[in-house]
Amino acid sequence: MAQNSVTVKQLVDNTRLEIVAGKQYLERVITTADISRPGLEMTGYFNYYAPERVQLLGITETSFSERMGHEELLMVFRRMADPVTPAFVVSTGLPISEELKQAADEAKIPILTSTLTSSRILSNMTYYLGGQLAPRENVHGVLIDVHGLGVLITGDAGIGKTEAALELIQQDKARLVADDRVDIYQEDEERLIGEPNEVLRNMMEIRGVGIIDVQQVYGAVSVRSHATIALNIHLSNGKIGEANFDRLGNDNDTLEILGVKIKRMVVPVTPGRNTASVIDAAAVKFRTANMGIDALKTLEERMSVEMVKNEKIDLENKHD
Amino acid sequence: MTQSKDFHIVAETGIHARPATLLVQAASKFTSDVTLSYQGKDVNLKSIMGVMSLGVGQGADVTIKTDGDDEESAMAAIVEAMETEGLAE
Repeated sequence: MAQNSVTVKQLVDNTRLEIVAGKQYLERVITTADISRPGLEMTGYFNYYAPERVQLLGITETSFSERMGHEELLMVFRRMADPVTPAFVVSTGLPISEELKQAADEAKIPILTSTLTSSRILSNMTYYLGGQLAPRENVHGVLIDVHGLGVLITGDAGIGKTEAALELIQQDKARLVADDRVDIYQEDEERLIGEPNEVLRNMMEIRGVGIIDVQQVYGAVSVRSHATIALNIHLSNGKIGEANFDRLGNDNDTLEILGVKIKRMVVPVTPGRNTASVIDAAAVKFRTANMGIDALKTLEERMSVEMVKNEKIDLENKHD
Repeated sequence: MTQSKDFHIVAETGIHARPATLLVQAASKFTSDVTLSYQGKDVNLKSIMGVMSLGVGQGADVTIKTDGDDEESAMAAIVEAMETEGLAE
């Protein structure tokens, strides 16, 4: 697990911000996904100022600043422009005061802008920074999108995770997100996002064949940049009779990553069993179960009806 | 020499889906053929769908047969599973 950091340049590139000033300062580092709206600080109240955050100035701050004198405004912006402040962002294409430009330049802080409203910029920045700065963990496995469902395939090396994924990709049933190493971060309390390591993006290693660039070979629609992990399918070498595999699909097995629990199915891999089609069936079952389709319940209801019938037959036989 | 044993099902739910799974898992650990008979119908006790198809309810009398190299230990394991789950006496 590693805590990442993001440069202002990455923020600019990923949230479509424009650079107004301080192009040479874009390597400044952002360490928190929280954004500061320094409204009260404009009035000189700095007791709870969070200088390490990106400072977002909108209509409130800008219109208030228009009522302030030159000296006062410069003093406030100089206090805001802390050595650890990564950037100033001005929303809604609002005019940027000379005082802000001067204070930012003195502290070597870039000023960014966008025509979007403060709320939209705030949401875009929080979403991007939240993802980048969230704790990360990488897992040995293959992440594919099966019919729109992120399926993390795990299991011992050589058990056939990649081969099963490849078969589903070839059949247009799945898209590759990451092979062998899946980088996972937590988007919110119950959502895990998996993505490939940059070096390995779109690549698969097939034993005996070598490296395949899936996007080049199978086309742009055969890959995805990331996926929400909904299901873990763990491939196991055990013989079907030996271990206690879930026979009815009613086990509540889970895999925990970064404190988030996801549904886990342990699937035995045996000769003659097509792992790819089993994974496909598992994904489809998981999806339809979420839609309320419960085959086991239907089967149990039929069994109950059968038991009542059989009980009558048993009674009649006893009387004979 | 085939092992054969009669069971009287006492569990309120009968051999429903979950208990069926436990019996099948117990039987599947052995190489012997394991058969469950009820009302003149025989099914393979290693087949969960087969067991569930019989509709064995509370009060039913069933017969289990094991046949093979490990038939005695297979029968012992099934008796144990029946008792542990309170399925039969």
